[in-house]
Order: sequence, then structure tokens, then C-alpha cells
Amino acid sequence: MISLQNVSKTFEVGKKKVEALKDVSVEIDKGEIFGIIGFSGAGKSTLIRCVNLLERPTSGKVIIDGTDILTLKKKDLQKVRRNIGMIFQGYNLLKTATVYQNIAIPLRLEGVPAAEIKERVKKYLGIVGLADKAKSYPGELSGGQRQRVAIARALAHEPEVLLSDEATSALDPTTTEQILELLLKINRELGITIFLITHELDVIQRICDRVAVMEQGQIVEQGKVVDVFTKPKHPRTKSFVRNKDVFHVPEAIKKQLEKSGKLVALTFLGESSKDPFLATIAKKFDILPSIIAGGIDQLKDQSVGNLLVHLKGEEPEIKKAISYLQAGEVLVEEVSN
Amino acid sequence: MSSFINEWGDTIWQGFIDTLKMTSISLIISIIIGLPLAILLVLTRKGGEAENRIVYAILNTVINIIRSIPFIILLFFILPFTRLVAQTTIGVQGVIVPLVVYTAPYIARLIESALLEVDRGVVEAYQSMGISTNKIIWFVIVRESRASIVLGLTIATIGLIGATAMAGLVGAGGLGDIAYQFGHLRFQPDVMYTTIIILIIMVQAIQTLGNLLARKLRKN
Repeated sequence: MISLQNVSKTFEVGKKKVEALKDVSVEIDKGEIFGIIGFSGAGKSTLIRCVNLLERPTSGKVIIDGTDILTLKKKDLQKVRRNIGMIFQGYNLLKTATVYQNIAIPLRLEGVPAAEIKERVKKYLGIVGLADKAKSYPGELSGGQRQRVAIARALAHEPEVLLSDEATSALDPTTTEQILELLLKINRELGITIFLITHELDVIQRICDRVAVMEQGQIVEQGKVVDVFTKPKHPRTKSFVRNKDVFHVPEAIKKQLEKSGKLVALTFLGESSKDPFLATIAKKFDILPSIIAGGIDQLKDQSVGNLLVHLKGEEPEIKKAISYLQAGEVLVEEVSN
Repeated sequence: MSSFINEWGDTIWQGFIDTLKMTSISLIISIIIGLPLAILLVLTRKGGEAENRIVYAILNTVINIIRSIPFIILLFFILPFTRLVAQTTIGVQGVIVPLVVYTAPYIARLIESALLEVDRGVVEAYQSMGISTNKIIWFVIVRESRASIVLGLTIATIGLIGATAMAGLVGAGGLGDIAYQFGHLRFQPDVMYTTIIILIIMVQAIQTLGNLLARKLRKN
């Protein structure tokens, strides 16, 4: 559906050249939610803006439904853009227009008939849950509500793709959760493909099917969210995934525990989470497992359990226990200093 | 009091009408010239939708040059041009030309700064929806900055009233002319004070009206 091929972008800041994107290739399939995660300055914002050519790549191809849109004339590019909705971190609504007008004006400028505009505004305000706010001004709404208006504005063009440029980054956790729910609903019920960028792991975890990790203008790792999440390879990915509270144990306690055994991080996926592995290894081997910390992450389609466990016992027994766990499809990672 | 009105009423009324005429006609023509200039400045500036260094530099310089000439000098300086355009250099008709030359660049600057206040993100959002630059200018940039434009025009109108008073020097008529001719030269302080009070009331009314309208347009 969307295919970015060997896209590079160089900015000239004064006399310096800054390479924001270096030979990036990404494929986004129809109907999926694809996320890019990276710290600020990684180039992800430039990348998403290349999809609708708000930023023109210095080299490479941007292919949408088989057409390289870099070759299109202005008028044709405008047509392509109408099929790609976009939402932003700063909402970008007209401050002097009501919620209704904010959705209606772009439609009117596109030449949609008046009767249909009315219908669409009503429909999409309903979908985002703001049917009663049509006459309000953006200044009277909360951040979450403004983002809903922006989403309704994008949806009202009935696009096939929605680009989300850090849409939840300015929102508090509860509101973020609600907006993510809404995006998931849009994806499932309206079948709209979503391409998003974020610096928040939660966003990727909650709604994305696939993820790419960006660093310094390059994609360093990509794949299904479950895989990247449970078996991160690149150090940057690991820093995102392992940055979770579950693995934060005060150094002093860690040292204390390591004297009498080993600290391991266990990740349970799908089926494996139902078996009582800890009880089993305690019985089978001469070790005493104790849980230090734990939690469950809800991914889009499945849950992932994380446990930080202390295995008390002799080295050979611990090794046996670990291989037993691995055979049972539990991911084991030793936590060391 | 009644003898004063009998003696000066008609003259002052005529002056008031002349001032209104000069101000409103020059204002309208200045907006017609100033608004497109402002849009052109915004479009051609660095990072604008139609970035063009040469056009921007020329416009910018010309506007600065005209804006740096005091009105009283400009008035005489462009007399030949005034004669060419208006066929006369005196009366209301004769003074419209210098008033417009003086005000249009000022209005262009005021509107330019109002237009620049509009969030670039909103413009981008509309670009991403496949809407043409022309439409974005009118329905996003100008629309969003209406309140600031109105405030700018209020300032310009008040400046214009001041300029019409100076135009009295070339026989343009109006309240300023009356204050100068009768109040100053013939030493009639009551005439001078009356015209000044009328001018004060005009300025107050315009500023209040401008503020009200701007507040109505600014919804956030």
C-alpha cells in the first residue's frame, strides 16, 4: 500500500548538511497499524512527512498504490493527499472556527456538496464521540477532545490511510489510552491503515501490528511487535523495551540477591503463560525461585507476562532450571550488572 | 454657544464630512493595495509557500523606503505623481493619492505581521488534506488572522486621520484644515478646540469599534 524505498533526506542548516534520513525503506501493508519508535531527532517525523510529501525526500521513492508520487504534478499530488489523512501532536485546528466548521471547511474547499458535508460531519463527530460539541470552539476543549476533532477532520475525507505524527505525545496517560482506543476502533471498523510515529513504547505496544525502531536517520530493527518486544536485538530497541519499571531493581538489592543465586527476567507469551513454571522448577530442581517483580503487558492481539525472578541455589541446578524453562518456550534473560 | 454653532456649524460639519471621506476612501484603496502586498510578502519570504528572494527583497525595500518618508514631505515630494493620477493636487480628490501612498505600505506591514501569527502547523494540516495554496491563503491564513488584521487596520485608520489633518496644508479640507486655517492662523481657539474634540471622539469611536470587532472574531 505504502512503500518508501531507499529514502534519504538532507537538510541544509546554514552551511552544514544534516542527514535526517539515510537510505530508509519501509513497507506498510493495507489494513495494518505500523509504528515507528525513536527518540527525538531520530528522523521519524521527517520520515512520516515524506509519505504525503510535506517533506520531499532528497532521493528515493515514495510509492503509494503503485505510483511513485514524487513524479506527480501538483494537482495529482493533491488528489493523492486527500486519500491520506494526517493528525499532529499540536492538533492544528482553526482557532477561530467551531468544531463543526473545522471539519466542514476543508470538505467545502474540496468541493464536497453541502448536504453531504452535513452528513459526514455528523457521522464522524459521532465516531469520535463529540456529537455534542459541534458548536464549541477548540479553545473550549481539552487536549484529548481537540485531538478527536482533528481525527474527525481527517476521517471526514474518508481516506484509506491515516498518518499520526506523535498524536498522543502532548496528552496525559488516560487521554492517550482513550485516543489509542479510538485509533484501534478506526483501524478495525473502518479498515483504515494507520502509520504512526511515537517516542512512547506504550503506543506501539497497545495498537501496532508491526514496528520499526529508528536511530540517527536509519531503521535499526523492524518486525512484528511481539517479536521485537520479546526478543529485541539492537541495543536501541533493548533500551526501549528494557526501560520498563519491572526491570528496575535498586543496585544494592540486586547485589545482595546475586550473592545467593541468579536474577533472571522471564517473558511469557501466549500459551506458556498458563503453566505453573515456577512451581515446577522448584520441585524438579534443587532451587528456590522467588518473584522480585512482575507485570503483564497487553499487546494489540495478545498479552506478554514479565517476571523478574531470583533463583536461589547452586550454579549447575540453576542452569538446568533455565534450560527447562527455555524448552517450555519461556524467554529467559539473565540480569547482570 | 448657539452663535458659535450658527457661525461655525456648517464649516465644521463640512470639515467632518471631508475628513470622513478622505479617511474612508484612502483606507479602502489602501486595503485593496496593502492586503495583496502583505500576502505577497508572506508567500515570498524565506520558508514561504512561494519563496522568492528577489521579489521579497524588492518589495521589502520599497515598502521600507516609503515608510521612512514623513507624510508632510511625501505630500510635496510626490506632487507630480499626484497630478498625473488624480488630475489635481488640491481638495479631497488631490489628497487621496498621497494618503494611499503613505498608508498602503503601512497596512501591508500590519497585515503581514498579522498573517505571520498564524500557526504553520495549521497550514501544513491543510496542505496534507490536498488543498491548494490559494484556498489556504484565504480560508486558513487570512481567516485565522482576521482579529489581528482588524486591530492593525484600526491603528492604520487612526494614523490616516492624523495624516488627513496634515493634508490641510495642500488645501485638502477636513477638520485638520479648519483647525489650522481658522484655529491657528486666525487665532480662534474655540474652533481649534472644537475640531480637536471631534477628532478625539472619532479616534475613540474607531478604536472601540475595532476592539469590539476583533474580540468577536477572536474566539479562543
